[in-house]
Amino acid sequence: MNDMIIAADGLSKSYDGKPALRSLHLEVPRGSICGFLGRNGAGKTTTLKLLLGMLRRDAGAIRMFGEPIDSEASSIAARRRLGFVSEDKELYPFMTIDQTIRFTRAFFPGWRRDLEEKYLDLFQLPRKKAVPKLSKGMRTQLMLLLAMARGAELLLMDEPTSGLDPAMTEDVLQILADLAASDGTTIFFSSHQLAEVEQICDRVCIIDQGQSVIDGVLDDLKSDYRRILLVFDGEPPRELAELDGVDHLRQRGRTASLLAHGDVDALVDRARELKPSSVEVRPVTLKELFLDHVRGE
Amino acid sequence: MNLRINFASGVPIYQQLMEQIKHAVDTGAIRGGEQLPTIRKIAEELAMNPNTVARAYRELEREGIIEVRHGSGAYVGMPSTSSAKVAGIRKAAEVLRPAMERGLAIGLSEPELRRVFEDELSRLRDDAAAERRGN
Repeated sequence: MNDMIIAADGLSKSYDGKPALRSLHLEVPRGSICGFLGRNGAGKTTTLKLLLGMLRRDAGAIRMFGEPIDSEASSIAARRRLGFVSEDKELYPFMTIDQTIRFTRAFFPGWRRDLEEKYLDLFQLPRKKAVPKLSKGMRTQLMLLLAMARGAELLLMDEPTSGLDPAMTEDVLQILADLAASDGTTIFFSSHQLAEVEQICDRVCIIDQGQSVIDGVLDDLKSDYRRILLVFDGEPPRELAELDGVDHLRQRGRTASLLAHGDVDALVDRARELKPSSVEVRPVTLKELFLDHVRGE
Repeated sequence: MNLRINFASGVPIYQQLMEQIKHAVDTGAIRGGEQLPTIRKIAEELAMNPNTVARAYRELEREGIIEVRHGSGAYVGMPSTSSAKVAGIRKAAEVLRPAMERGLAIGLSEPELRRVFEDELSRLRDDAAAERRGN
């Protein structure tokens, strides 16, 4: 598949000699909704800023909409085709909602008045209300409206639902589903909410310490990965860690818990040769995948 | 159709969707020839990923459970008439074969056997017609 809206390779960035990103690889195909997960400080915001041209990379290559981003001009051209929702939800404090919308609209020839009306109505945002008087939820909703109504092919969002109550979050997820289904909009957003990522994303990328540790189609990850629980009569044998396909091994007393992917059946067969008293194979949730990959045990 | 997806489970979401649509077909909640909700409608209603819904539909089509018509949506497949007929023919052959074997064993030739078969068939037709007239 060559239709990548975002393709970054070998992306590196340091702040004062401290590496924030180390040779990050990232791919987001057209039309997908990709959740970008990682702990605080893993490099999510740095990645978004590099994609937006707000930071200069130390090394690596970025392609957006199939075009290399290697100059100021190419970065500006890419930015015209995307919408961005920042984490801090910065808006001009001296404007009303209506003025903010009109101000933004002027920059985008592809502005969608139908979407503007639709989201104002859905979010019940009063046009005359002054920006400083907006609640955090309303600020987020206004930012989303501004990003979505510009008719962007790609939405980049930094924790778009932080500060929203569950009902508002559901509204936002519904809008993202609608955008992806009706306009084929590609969406890439960072989040700490695994539940919303599981619900709305077809792809996930998990980064840890500036590197991608998981990147793929969520349903395929769920099919590929398994948790294997083994109970032994004594201490679990050391050979477990060396078996092919074991991503993580955790031991508690006589129990060993393996996170594995690939040919799990073959792995289970080999584990059985180590004479466990019980073997159990379970599906793996996104939460387990996340925790196992970002907790450096 | 009442779809309920457990997003937090380790079971792939497209598989959950497939199972629930199959169940709806099995229980008659949706029947052969009826239209399924559009991908977009399911995605919006459940606030889930449209690509995942599309994948479930693709897999269901591959299994012959639904039929995707371009531009007009997805429909539950009809219990195939041709395959029902094939089964009927097979059954009839199974029932008739011992009778033919006995006919040949008695010493009838093939043309004679064929004439018996055709005579009986026309008698059946006449009887059925007489019955319709009588009532």
